[in-house]
Amino acid sequence: MRKEIRIAGFGGQGVILAGIIIGKAASLFDGINAVQTQSYGPEARGGASRTEIVISDEEIQYPKVQNPDILVAMSHEALMKYMGDLKDEGILIIDPDMIDETEIADFVKQHKIKLFRAKATQTAQNDIGLRIVANIVMIGAITNITKVVSYDAVKEAILDSVPPGTEDKNIKAFEAGYAMDG
Amino acid sequence: MTKELFVQGNEACAHGAIKAGCRFFGGYPITPSTEIAEDLAILLPKHGGSFVQMEDEISAIGAVIGASWSGMKAMTSTSGPGFSLMQENIGYAQITETPLVIVDVQRGSPSTGQPTMAAQGDMMQMRWGSHGDYEPIAISPSSVQEFFDFTVEAFNLSEKYRVPVIIAADEIIGHMREKIIIPHEVEITPRKMPKETPEDFLPFKPTKNHIPEYIPAFGEGYNVHVTGLTHDERGYPDASSPKAHSKLVTRLCDKILKNREKIVATETKFCDDADIIIASYGAPIRSVSAAVSLARDEGLKVGYIKINTPWPFPEKQLEEIAEIANDIVVVEMNLGQMVHEVERIAKDNAKVHFIPKIGGNLHKPEEILSKIKEIKKI
Amino acid sequence: MKYLRKDRLPNIFCPGCGNGTILNSFFRGMESEGIDLKEIAMVSGIGCSSRIPGYVKCDSLHTTHGRAISFATGLKVGNPDLNVVVFTGDGDAASIGGNHLIHAARRNINLTVICINNTIYGMTGGQISPTSPEGSIGTTAPYGTRDKPFNLSELVVAAGASYVARWTTIQPLQLSNSIKKALNNPGFSFVEVVSQCPTYFGRKNKLRTPVDMVKSFKENAINKRKADKLIADGKEDELIGKIIVGEFINKKRAEFSDNVCNLSKQQCGEEHATKSAYLSKLEY
Repeated sequence: MRKEIRIAGFGGQGVILAGIIIGKAASLFDGINAVQTQSYGPEARGGASRTEIVISDEEIQYPKVQNPDILVAMSHEALMKYMGDLKDEGILIIDPDMIDETEIADFVKQHKIKLFRAKATQTAQNDIGLRIVANIVMIGAITNITKVVSYDAVKEAILDSVPPGTEDKNIKAFEAGYAMDG
Repeated sequence: MTKELFVQGNEACAHGAIKAGCRFFGGYPITPSTEIAEDLAILLPKHGGSFVQMEDEISAIGAVIGASWSGMKAMTSTSGPGFSLMQENIGYAQITETPLVIVDVQRGSPSTGQPTMAAQGDMMQMRWGSHGDYEPIAISPSSVQEFFDFTVEAFNLSEKYRVPVIIAADEIIGHMREKIIIPHEVEITPRKMPKETPEDFLPFKPTKNHIPEYIPAFGEGYNVHVTGLTHDERGYPDASSPKAHSKLVTRLCDKILKNREKIVATETKFCDDADIIIASYGAPIRSVSAAVSLARDEGLKVGYIKINTPWPFPEKQLEEIAEIANDIVVVEMNLGQMVHEVERIAKDNAKVHFIPKIGGNLHKPEEILSKIKEIKKI
Repeated sequence: MKYLRKDRLPNIFCPGCGNGTILNSFFRGMESEGIDLKEIAMVSGIGCSSRIPGYVKCDSLHTTHGRAISFATGLKVGNPDLNVVVFTGDGDAASIGGNHLIHAARRNINLTVICINNTIYGMTGGQISPTSPEGSIGTTAPYGTRDKPFNLSELVVAAGASYVARWTTIQPLQLSNSIKKALNNPGFSFVEVVSQCPTYFGRKNKLRTPVDMVKSFKENAINKRKADKLIADGKEDELIGKIIVGEFINKKRAEFSDNVCNLSKQQCGEEHATKSAYLSKLEY
């Protein structure tokens, strides 16, 4: 089954690393296929930043995401920019503290979107004490909600991707996200 | 030990270069190829190699040619604007039969164009970019694994045929991440030192299949004179002799053309019973294979040919395709480059169609499928 | 003669050309430094001076116009044991190759660059160059050039070279002594030789014979120490039309190919790879 995931936010939130970790988890540790792509150019600094991952147990031919099955929004601007592409009945995961939900209520209803709230930024700040691990908290939430990658694979992918010395905090962040109920 | 990595195409290329024995990189930063330089800046010193950031692309390829004659496998990477600047020295590498590898990660063009968007607009520049008659080798990867594999192959071909080999990549393959498997050992083609004494040795005398197989590194006592002027087999200039020029340049072309079948690589899928065959290369193959799957799901007899070596053009393979199919559809990210080659070869036996694409995005599989249906009048 | 490729003679240089004198001075400098020609590899670009390496019995790269120094950079870094000498001219080094010249000086890469400055494009028939004196005539400046010429030696000093000297062809002894020092200097060495092109510069600029040209060098050459004193005394005007000769800098500093080798030694614990293209197996 081909699954298309798009994670979007603003530059500096670690959105792209989140995409790499999920792709790595799928392809190196779950033994299925993954392609990760990302936005380039001026928008990668400060403005909207996005990464896309295609995951499949079959060979991935077309590598780009057209209509994601899963959209993860870490900023309101990114959500508004990309929400329209989401498949009907698709999964939408938002960081509620970053988003004004009144603007999306109609869309969610109309397209039967499965909406999940993951307080990634708040959890990172309050529970881990490090705002910059919000992306890893979000990966935990994505893993639990979507099951596109396994818990163990993501853990290994995180350890393989984060700077040495930061492993504990990042795993803690991942577990906090995984334990969250959207 | 076999290694598995989840990396960008550009990173895979850097790993492929190291594995192929490349120990010198000279380059200049340019989007979307820069990661190749950045990764080699890390990897080369760890393998006893040299990384040199040059002042521009002209000097980058100059340094690479110099390093090659010092006895190193050497490469540079760039994108359209830098590739344009390299053209004169590519001709020099051709006439002096210098093995080296140039990676062109193509982006939207002409001029500065679209630095962060993909294109395949340099295909004819690879063929004809430098002045004069010559035959290039260009290979085009369509996955991250192929970017690794084809980099190794590029070095091997450059040594076997003593030519600069171009890797015709693009922004999509350069920047996307996929899993690659790096085998413990890859087959590499070592350069051959001459067996004769310096007195008896002719550095530009073809010894096999039009190729002068032996290259003495500088400093080995062979006193080689390497010149961009028309030269004889000893390497001495002979620039006003029509005969000497014709002999040299004809051999340089024959070296590739008469060995074409050993160089070219294509892959076909679902072609045996196909009445429409799609011809493509590089990143668009990903859309083509998806479109062909969609078409087959609908019971349409469609196949595709994946051209791994745009140059030299796989003429025989395209002739065969034209005999099978009624229609050939060329899919490439430009307004028409390799399609002219396909037309040249196939137009007597099949109708050649073309789906152009510029702007930076891949063809969508649905676009290709609708062209198929248009041809089938569905 | 023992250093020349006898099978390539006679050479293409015009009667009275300075290239012969300079090549002799080069060999003398090389011998007095105790260097065997076997250790030397030559690189050149396009122009009359760039044809010199083709007559010398050593490995040589005769490259594209202006790019000799970039080819030499790859050759030197690829095999730092080679003693790499670049023969170039004013058009090759200062015009089309100006950027490579200043960057090589900045890197202080161990090359010896002999720049034969005849202030004209000789090979193509007498066009003005970036070192043609103001007012001099060339086919592309039929009314006399109004451009200010480069002071090449000063330029290369400013860019960071560690050895720079300028002489004319009437000072072959000083020239060979500077070439000796240049070959010995572990860094970027630039020896500028103001040379005569009687065929094109001379004919157009009322210096018809080689003797006239050489005479003008004799009249106009002034030693750098004297020139510096004139400047210090506020008599700069007296230097107009003069050729300042002597050493411009001789100061060692860290060298580029050493830095590259040391980095790889530091990162992999082994010697810098050389001639690795010939290996069928490499440790990853």
